[in-house]
Amino acid sequence: MKELVVISGKGGTGKTSIVASFAALAKSKVLADCDVDAADLHLVLEPEIEHTEDFSGGKRANIISQNCKHCGRCYDVCRFEAVKRSVDLDEVASVDFQIDSIACEGCGVCVRVCPKDAIAFEPAINGQWYRSNTRHGPMVHAKLGIAEENSGKLVTLVRNQAKEIAEEQLLDLVIIDGSPGIGCPVIASITGADLVLVVTEPTQSGKHDLERVTVLTSHFGISTLVCINKWDLNPEVTSEIEALARNRSARIAGKVRYDNAITKAQIQKLSVVEYSKNGVTEDIKSLWTEVSRTLF
Amino acid sequence: MKIAIASGKGGTGKTTIATNLAFVLARQNRSVQLLDCDVEEPNCHIFIKPEITTSQPVTVPIPRVDKEKCTGCGICGEVCQYSAIVCMNGKVLVFPELCHGCGGCQRFCPEEAISEVGREVGVVETGHGKSLLFSQGRLRIGEVMAPPLIKGVKQSVVNSNVTIIDAPPGTSCPVIEAVRDSDFIILATEPTPFGLNDLILAVEMVRVLNIPFAIAINRCDVGDNAVKEYCAKEGIEIILEIPHDRRIAQAYSQGEIASECLPEYTDVFSNFVERITDQVMGAKLYG
Repeated sequence: MKELVVISGKGGTGKTSIVASFAALAKSKVLADCDVDAADLHLVLEPEIEHTEDFSGGKRANIISQNCKHCGRCYDVCRFEAVKRSVDLDEVASVDFQIDSIACEGCGVCVRVCPKDAIAFEPAINGQWYRSNTRHGPMVHAKLGIAEENSGKLVTLVRNQAKEIAEEQLLDLVIIDGSPGIGCPVIASITGADLVLVVTEPTQSGKHDLERVTVLTSHFGISTLVCINKWDLNPEVTSEIEALARNRSARIAGKVRYDNAITKAQIQKLSVVEYSKNGVTEDIKSLWTEVSRTLF
Repeated sequence: MKIAIASGKGGTGKTTIATNLAFVLARQNRSVQLLDCDVEEPNCHIFIKPEITTSQPVTVPIPRVDKEKCTGCGICGEVCQYSAIVCMNGKVLVFPELCHGCGGCQRFCPEEAISEVGREVGVVETGHGKSLLFSQGRLRIGEVMAPPLIKGVKQSVVNSNVTIIDAPPGTSCPVIEAVRDSDFIILATEPTPFGLNDLILAVEMVRVLNIPFAIAINRCDVGDNAVKEYCAKEGIEIILEIPHDRRIAQAYSQGEIASECLPEYTDVFSNFVERITDQVMGAKLYG
């Protein structure tokens, strides 16, 4: 079983549209949406959820006000400015302390220093993950709660669940829709994968971000292919990107032309290869041929 | 006044809006500072072409164990919620990239065997270009912890009239760190199902943070009408609409600022600046 991760560095270059098309083209696969911050693949694949589970990425502190003696030790030790102090000037003795749940990183230091055991420390529910069925096969996806952290842990969980399904059902491939950037969720989605496909666009930003993301993939020793999406919008920058990819020993697996059919397909809740027969669909099909040839 | 540009979905025009807004404000002789807080993939510099004058490493504290003093009691490993320090068979191992720098292991070590050393997560660069002050963070590649670096970029704020923040995409910790103390947030989106889905998440996020906000629609004439219908239903102001104009895409692809190289867009962004100034002042008075 192989793992293919589609990432982009820069956001909005067409990762999810390409993954949706791969979902239609690949034969024996599981899909995993690891862009848990802003997941979109479900909008095209319309999964039927079979199983839902809460995700907890860690614990969170909470002051039990009736036990609190207002000593302020928690305020002094917190390095994340998560303990908020409200001072009533008329009554200095009753300084009120509260935990800002958005700022709290769940380190538990305040819990240990509190002399009155007045801080509860329970697992936080940071989101949900789902095992689903789609018209193109099984899919694992998730929703990170609003303003939550620990997206890296949720990405790892989604990946592992998808791999489990692949093993159970003897499927050849896990296709992972990654997130933009080069930080925590991206690293969690690519470590140990067989192949990364970077979808970029012919802009100076796309080129700059491709460079950073390929440094990341070579740092982790993962072989990397590049797709230049909307390549014809700026052929000059496209050739600059081709040169950059050569220097970074990342092969260009395909170039996909600009076509409004991609947006139209999205509105129809279809992948573009299901929506149109030629033009951009041909480009994506030959991209897929190249990617699967590299994988197997 | 501090204005942040954010979005759930990437590639919806955050950097275009941030750089044009900063550029037009600077041309009105305001003192402007642009902060690129998208530290994983910072792109504003491509458009501002700044002369970088300072570069400061940002470090996070990680534990260092004095083997002479350590008795292998394992308390550090019990304290650590991130498995960044573990004690196995009396030996302590540190995994720096997992450490959040809470200081718990050091604080509770009964032997005082743990001290802290700085680990570099990236650099904050400051400089100037296009008549404005510029700062950006560059996350060291392979590094997972963006928020401490974003905090570092925000600490580079000088006493300027207007601060513009280009935030990373998404709705989780790095975005929150970038936008949390802003006076106003602009959420960039595009009129597609993906754009709408991620916009709704971003709106939920700014509502949790309780910061006044408005929407900017990029490539407003492609796609469908659902984003506008959503804004009307929710009573959210659409403060800027940028048409799908090949010349804007062209300018962007070459690293040029649309309101500088396409005169007719100077007005679009000037009007936007006026609307936003009114909004922010209004929010400050009544908010």
